[in-house]
Amino acid sequence: MFTPIKIAEGIYSVGCRDWDIRDFHGYSTDEGTTYNAFLVQGEKNILIDTVKSGFGEEMLDNISRILDPKKIDAVISNHTEMDHSGTIPLVMHKIGEDKPLYCSKMGAKNLKSHYKKDYNYQVVGSGETVTLGNRTFSFLETRMLHWPDSMFTYMPDEKILFSSDAFGQHYAGDKFFDDEIGEEIMPHARKYYANILLHFSPLVQALLADVAGMNLDIRMICPDHGIIWRKDPAKIITAYDRWSRQAPAKKALVIFDSMWESTAKMARAITSGIESEDVHVRLMNTRKWHRSDIMTEVLDAGALAVGSPTLNNGIFPVIADVMTYIKGLRPQNKIAAAFGSYGWSGEAVKILNKEFEEMKWDMVSDGVKVLYVPDASDLARCFDLGAVLAKTLKEKLAQ
Amino acid sequence: MDKWECPCGYVYDPEEGDLDNGIEPGTAWEDLPESWVCPLCGAEQEYFEKVD
Repeated sequence: MFTPIKIAEGIYSVGCRDWDIRDFHGYSTDEGTTYNAFLVQGEKNILIDTVKSGFGEEMLDNISRILDPKKIDAVISNHTEMDHSGTIPLVMHKIGEDKPLYCSKMGAKNLKSHYKKDYNYQVVGSGETVTLGNRTFSFLETRMLHWPDSMFTYMPDEKILFSSDAFGQHYAGDKFFDDEIGEEIMPHARKYYANILLHFSPLVQALLADVAGMNLDIRMICPDHGIIWRKDPAKIITAYDRWSRQAPAKKALVIFDSMWESTAKMARAITSGIESEDVHVRLMNTRKWHRSDIMTEVLDAGALAVGSPTLNNGIFPVIADVMTYIKGLRPQNKIAAAFGSYGWSGEAVKILNKEFEEMKWDMVSDGVKVLYVPDASDLARCFDLGAVLAKTLKEKLAQ
Repeated sequence: MDKWECPCGYVYDPEEGDLDNGIEPGTAWEDLPESWVCPLCGAEQEYFEKVD
């Protein structure tokens, strides 16, 4: 439990820290996360978002330090995913189920689907403004950033943007604001973008253009996870602009799994080939790296070599896991090559090539296959593959 | 011809079709190939709702 954090006059962060969570639906959260909820106190008391089921009592305790939770007059739900809506039933039960619940059109639909309740949904759309007591809230639908129901709530007088999952980070610690934590938060924000928002990058670009067009004066951004951006909200907006452009960096990844060290040897030779062309490279063994950390590196990598042995006529299960995950997040502007060792049938390289094709990645060749164990000439072919991959990337970056 | 809306907010307008994915303007919802999915979020056609 933490003492509610005052973020502005009469506005408090009343959410919870989840210190223990390490697997957030398949995303590794090495430093836990927070479920942020915000209490706006005034002539009317408003709660913006809630917390994950199981943390409800803690949130109500936090609120109790400011006011009796029964005095909450309305709830705003920016996002219906269960880590933010999970305690809406508890809150509504506490404050009275007839109290207004503001959400987007898809928000009302999703809340009904989740909690099977006909609450007093007050559907709001982009550009709508609602005045509750002495406080004004305006809304901006942000469909598919990252769910159909997602929306932003903006308080024009206070100039605070409640951005639901956008601009969030999975980080639970003793710091609550960007100025307290400094640069240390950026890798968490980057990982969050790569794993949660990357596939909707074109929508992020459109949203940033919309927000710029509205000339919103944003003094503070309060996401639903992690720290609050109060010193320099433009910093995270600029980072989102950069990430959503998906501009490739002079950086390559060699992602692989191996059965009897043969594909691993190939991976190392490819890595040397890439480095011989002065391109930064990371060698990522999928048994050692979590898929979500690989994904974070994929975000700005310009080139990828993916290696898998052939197992039972297919690709290795862990490679399949990582490739399915990467594919779903639709990274763009990549140059790719496949490689792998095989015994009697070598389908893995072909399967990987097909995956690249479906993701519209540019392949530098058909890849390199090696029967059982690579010899010196096989490793030389791998080295060359790495060098070609790196050269192709450099040529692309020079254009 | 009816327009159909995806849960993600994309609206299929038969008058415009979806040229990026090979759907000519004038293609009715009913005539879309089964393989056609939402160009924005990838949802399959069964999740779309008719726009009133």
